[in-house]
Amino acid sequence: MAKLAAVVGIGQTHYKTRRGDVSIAGLVREAAVNALEDAGLGWDDIEAVIIGKAPDMFEGVIMPEIYLTDALGCNGKPMLRVHTAGSVGGSTALVAASHVQSGMFKRVLTVTFEKQSESNAMWALSTPQPFSVHLNAGAGGYFAPIIREYMRRSGAPYDVGIKVAVKDRLHGARNPLAHLQLPEITMKEVEDSMMLWDPIRFLEACPSSDGACAMVICSEDLVAESPKPPAWIRGVAMRSEPTMYAGREEVSPQAGRDCAADVYRQAGITDPRRDLDCAEVYVPFSWYEPMWLENLGFAPEGEGWKLTMSGATSLDEGGDIPWNCSGGVLSSNPIGASGMIRFAEAARQVRGDAGAHQVEGARLALGHAYGGGAQFFAMWVVGADKP
Amino acid sequence: MSEDTEAVTRIETPVYLQYNFTAGRAPARFLERIRQGVLTGQRCPRCANVYIPPRGSCPACGVPTEEEVVLPDKATVQSFTVVAIPIPNNPIKPPFVIANLVLDGANISFIHLMSECENSEVHIGQRVQAVWKPEAEWTYAMDNIRYFKPIDEPDVPVDRIGRLPIGGWEDEQ
Amino acid sequence: MTAMKEIAVVAFSQSDCLARAGAANEVELIMPQLRAVFGQVGLNNAQDVDFVCSGSCDYLQGAAFAFVAGVDALGAVPPIKESHVEMDAAWALYESILKIRMDQAESALIYGFAKASAGELPTVLSQQLDPYYLAPLWVDSVSLAAMQARLLIEKGLATEQAMAGVVARARKHAMVNPHAQVSGEVSIETLLAADTVVSPLRESDCAPVADGAAAMIICTVDKAREWGVPYAVISGIDHRIETHNLGMRDLTDSPSTRQAAAGAGVGRGAVEVAELCAPFSHQEIILTRALGLGDDTVINPSGGVMAGNLMMASGLARIGEVFRRIVSGDISRGVAHATSGPCLQHNLVAVLESA
Ligand SMILES: [Zn+2]
Repeated sequence: MAKLAAVVGIGQTHYKTRRGDVSIAGLVREAAVNALEDAGLGWDDIEAVIIGKAPDMFEGVIMPEIYLTDALGCNGKPMLRVHTAGSVGGSTALVAASHVQSGMFKRVLTVTFEKQSESNAMWALSTPQPFSVHLNAGAGGYFAPIIREYMRRSGAPYDVGIKVAVKDRLHGARNPLAHLQLPEITMKEVEDSMMLWDPIRFLEACPSSDGACAMVICSEDLVAESPKPPAWIRGVAMRSEPTMYAGREEVSPQAGRDCAADVYRQAGITDPRRDLDCAEVYVPFSWYEPMWLENLGFAPEGEGWKLTMSGATSLDEGGDIPWNCSGGVLSSNPIGASGMIRFAEAARQVRGDAGAHQVEGARLALGHAYGGGAQFFAMWVVGADKP
Repeated sequence: MSEDTEAVTRIETPVYLQYNFTAGRAPARFLERIRQGVLTGQRCPRCANVYIPPRGSCPACGVPTEEEVVLPDKATVQSFTVVAIPIPNNPIKPPFVIANLVLDGANISFIHLMSECENSEVHIGQRVQAVWKPEAEWTYAMDNIRYFKPIDEPDVPVDRIGRLPIGGWEDEQ
Repeated sequence: MTAMKEIAVVAFSQSDCLARAGAANEVELIMPQLRAVFGQVGLNNAQDVDFVCSGSCDYLQGAAFAFVAGVDALGAVPPIKESHVEMDAAWALYESILKIRMDQAESALIYGFAKASAGELPTVLSQQLDPYYLAPLWVDSVSLAAMQARLLIEKGLATEQAMAGVVARARKHAMVNPHAQVSGEVSIETLLAADTVVSPLRESDCAPVADGAAAMIICTVDKAREWGVPYAVISGIDHRIETHNLGMRDLTDSPSTRQAAAGAGVGRGAVEVAELCAPFSHQEIILTRALGLGDDTVINPSGGVMAGNLMMASGLARIGEVFRRIVSGDISRGVAHATSGPCLQHNLVAVLESA
């Protein structure tokens, strides 16, 4: 059996378009220091550092962990660098957890980041490669046709995405770290915002942010050394499938369904809507909330949008299964860190430490990340109760 | 820092690196043929699905693909989006339609432009055909096909998209 | 420390080290190696192992998400448990060991690959330096290594003669390595007769950069027995990084290698063979000393990376070389090493033993 592990410290930076006040090293250190303070620990208490980020081309630094070791107090320690596309924040947390769950480490620090302002992400992913049609219209251009197919299949009304866009921004307005602060946002404002990749409007898409997120994960016997309540890791899972293959189900990828089934089994969850108190799910385009509600088993196929429209996922409407209380990716998106923020925010909820976006009495929460063409998935379930 | 020193918040350090890009053996074969105006896919020896452009493997089975299959330039719209923002370094002006298209006889879609159509009338299951550049402009590139345009054929039901024979939709009917 | 689950290496394969792999893309580079390791164990594809982890670097081929294409080689339908490190695949092996020890897997496939010939590797690697102070200077990896070699020579810890000796021995060893890019009998005098390219380094002091891929399968000892295949045990593995600030490091030593060696238990027995990832001849001298290896250890019997440096897979290949020698019965205990970063900044050490 895997050794028990828990999150005992969480640190984040403010998320914003440009953090001109810090270097990349300063950014990751800020999150790391916050996590150590939260855990009541110092650098010497950490045995290894696990770092993750999206493609190196975002900042133009090759294998940045090599340069960041000094800022992260890692000299003389093991340092591992994870990169699994957009799911990397989640998979980095899982790799960090595996250091402890394997019994090989007692306490590790994990950090993910993106400093998109130091380069041009759209440009970084559009390096002219010969032989392919130059239609790299950004992630939106890739996901918009898949969303359209979901709308066709489910018969969902046009304004489901608009509703999610409003809900997550209202959640984000409760979170002082969130990039977008739009407490006055309305359905009309979202609907009137520019159509970028039909059916994705400007306000239905995530922003581009600078930011970092860090966690301290430790073994069972060291949990008591940190002052705040732990978030016990109750299940961990990852799944990958190829980007394109004949007959691939793009709307509700099998990798996502399998990954969820795996993590639920470990955590003893049979009905995610009933058993979980809240979820932090990677929703970079608003329509992905109803799509993931179905993929993750919170709603039957074709009915995720009904859950969204009923307010079930809204903290402000008193929903029974709030999604993305922190504001989600729609409110803050430092790409490489976005997955870990989901994992960390799930942990904050079960630690009872989520401030104004706390779900009252949350005991069990899901953290979710996906990447690539929705073919890489990472998930964990954390709980207030020791398993 | 002394008070009269301004904080440095930005320096510019351009990175310029040059690469000799290689497409791969299977894509190179595809490009050789498209130079001659021929669309060539590859069939998986295990699951028999046809991939275009081929990458040299069936991602589902994890086996090399070798058998070549010449495909027609008619396709079906699997899904699409209307893009309202410009693509960096691309002369195409928004709003334009990019679509996931599946060629007849193929089992996988690729992304290409659609034109000669009302953007509002593009729909899933629509039949389209390639509009090629003049032969003199053909090179080793997928954009020898300028775009795809709608053709007067009945829509393909959703469960048949990506499953049509090489003979196309009319053959199927 | 409680007893850790023992890890068995059951299969390894690497491609020929080619200066240019020609038209092959990532998938085409990887697939033959995957087929080879699956064949060694009698498996079909990645569905038959519990976890897959790879190592690669986007900047080597100049395209983001290089590893995503790698997944197309796996047969990942239905979906698999898969992860990736932007590091040499030796670290993908490390991640896989964690997965097995936490009981989420009994077996794992590891692979690394690169097409370093697409770019100017030494220049590309200059962009892994501190982005504000060092990277804008475009100091390439060979120049940094040359400064390290200079320090070593000035301190009396190496001579150009000794460095040429490393190269001559490696090339001689490589004569029995079918994948070698460079091999053959060459005298120290002949090597020294050549001009230096970045003094004090000669071209022969720098490992020839190669395109290619390597793959390995590991599992629990129980699984290896179930599969009925010969195996070697990884009795220890550890890795450490040191400061990025070159001015703060004693470049003539490798404390992180020494730490990793202690963690991996190198000193707990005789080291018959050591496969070291030393892309520059003088670095083998530093590593040999840091690992405490004596005359009774054969260094780089495969020729090491001097026979061909498969970027992102060379570290894994070193472990594979020791594995091959153990299962063939040539040796019973050996050490393998992988490195990352300028001037041996980050080092991994593994000890392999016969079952
Ligand atoms: Zn197939």
